[in-house]
Amino acid sequence: MGIRERLSGNEAIAIAFKQINPDVMGAFPITPSTEIPQYFSQYVANGEVDTEFIAVESEHSAMSTCIGASAAGARAVTATSSAGLALMWELLSVAASARLPITLACVNRALTGPININCDHSDSMGARDTGWIQLYSENNQEAYDNMLQAMRIGENSKVMLPVMVCQDGFITSHAIENIELLETEKVKDFVGEYRPENYLLKKENPVSVGAYATAAYYIEAKRAQAQAMINAKEVILEVAAEFEKVTGRKYGFFEEYMMEDAEEAIVVIGSTAGTAKEAVRIMREEGKKVGLIKIRVLRPFPMKELAAALSHVKSVAVMDKAESFSACGGPLFAEVRSALYDCKTRPLMINYIYGLGGRDVTVENIQYAFESLKEIKTSGEAGETYRYLGVRE
Amino acid sequence: MSLKAKDINENTSWKDLTLGCAIFEPMTSAAVNTGNWRTMKPSFNEEKCKQCLLCVPVCPDCAIPVKDGKRTDFDFYFCKGCGICYKVCPFGAIEFKIDDKKEV
Ligand code: SF4
Ligand code: SF4
Repeated sequence: MGIRERLSGNEAIAIAFKQINPDVMGAFPITPSTEIPQYFSQYVANGEVDTEFIAVESEHSAMSTCIGASAAGARAVTATSSAGLALMWELLSVAASARLPITLACVNRALTGPININCDHSDSMGARDTGWIQLYSENNQEAYDNMLQAMRIGENSKVMLPVMVCQDGFITSHAIENIELLETEKVKDFVGEYRPENYLLKKENPVSVGAYATAAYYIEAKRAQAQAMINAKEVILEVAAEFEKVTGRKYGFFEEYMMEDAEEAIVVIGSTAGTAKEAVRIMREEGKKVGLIKIRVLRPFPMKELAAALSHVKSVAVMDKAESFSACGGPLFAEVRSALYDCKTRPLMINYIYGLGGRDVTVENIQYAFESLKEIKTSGEAGETYRYLGVRE
Repeated sequence: MSLKAKDINENTSWKDLTLGCAIFEPMTSAAVNTGNWRTMKPSFNEEKCKQCLLCVPVCPDCAIPVKDGKRTDFDFYFCKGCGICYKVCPFGAIEFKIDDKKEV
C-alpha cells in the first residue's frame, strides 16, 4: 500500500535519495533546488545514510565530484537548477560520454537574464543535447517515482548513461501535496546496488577514464553513445513495467489524457499538465473533443510513439516553457513537429511559448490555446505557427 | 566492447570500442606514432658531441634516449622537431633542417 505522506517536490527527492542511500552526493546550493542537499545533509549528519556528502564551491565541482565518484565505482547523485546546471554544462557532456550513470535532480528554473528565480524549462532544455536521459515530472509523486526509476535505467549495462529527473521549480519543488511513498526496503529491493563491470577502484583491472580520442575515433565513440540512448527506450519501458508491479503506478514515454477521440490536442511538459488537464476536463464537459499529451521522457525522444499518438488529431499546440531563439519556435515544437513529418495524415500544428520565468499559467490560458486550435481546424490554415501565450501585447 | 587499446585501430567498428573509451592498459601513448607531426628534423653528429647531456632534459618529448650515461640517436617515433635540443647544444652537434623525407 505504501506510506501516505504530504511532501514538497524537494522533500520527495530528498527522501528518495535517503531511501536509496547513494554512495556520494556532490552538491552546491542554488534556488529552488537548495532544499534537496539541505535535507539530505541532515540525513548524513544524523547517520541515517552512509553517503559521503561532498560540499563543493560550485556546480562545476559538484558534477566533477560526481564524475570522479562514479568513475571510481560509486553511485553518485546531485541536485541543481538554472545557472547551476549551466555551470555544469561542460561536465554534463563529460559524464555522458564517459558513460557514467550519475543521477541529477533538476529543479527547473529560468536561466538568467533578466535574473529570475522562477520556473521555466530553459535550463534543462539547454542541456537536452548533452547525452543525458531526461525524465520530466508533473508533480511531487512523479518526481519521486521518476527518481526511483532513474538509476535502474541509467545503470543498465545496455545504457550506462546519466539521468536527469526534472520537476518544476517552486510550483512542484515547494508546494506540499499528498504523496504515496514506497517502503524503504521495497525501494532498496527495486533500485538495487550499483555494480559496474569496470571502475577505477577495481584493482584486478585498472582503467583510465576520459581519454583523448582523435578524429579517427571520436565519431565512433559518439555512435556508441547514440546507441546507448537508443537502447534506453526499451529499458525505460521495462523499468516502468516493473515499477508498476511494485506500486501500481503506470509510466511510459508520455501520458495521454482524453486522447482517444480528440480532435484538438496540446503537448505539454511538467506541472502545467495539471492545469491543462483541468481545462480539458471542463471542455470535455462542454462536449469539445480536446485532449492532452504530457511528455515524461524527452531524451531519448519518443518520436514514433508520439507520431502514432498525434497523427489522428486535427490540430495540435505544442507548449514550450523555454525559448530557443530560432525565430520560429521552441525546442519541443521543433521535435514534435518533426516527429509527425513521416505520417501520411498529420495535424496542423502551432507552437505556444508560455510560462517563462514563472509566469502563471491558468486554465483560461489553456482554454484560449484550445480555442485557437479549433479556429485552425475549422479554417484548415495554421497561420502563424510561432506564438506566445499570456504575453502582454 | 571488450577490446584492449592495443587491439583498437582505425579499422575498428564503433561496436568494439570500450565503454566510454576507457583504457585498460598502461602506457598506451608508447604505441602512438607522434613523430609524424614533425615538419623540421634534428640530426645527431656523434663526432662533435661531447656527451654533456644538456640536450636530454630539455626535450619535451623524451626523444633523446640515454644508454650507459651517453645519449644515442634521436627517437624519431616521438621527436616532434621542435628544435629545442638544437638551440641548447653548445657544440654544434645537432643540425636542424626541414624534414622532407618524413622518415620515422
Ligand atoms: S647538448 Fe650537444 S654535445 Fe651535449 S649531449 Fe646533446 S648533442 Fe651532445
Ligand atoms: S627536436 Fe624537439 S622533440 Fe626532437 S629531440 Fe629535439 S628537443 Fe626533442
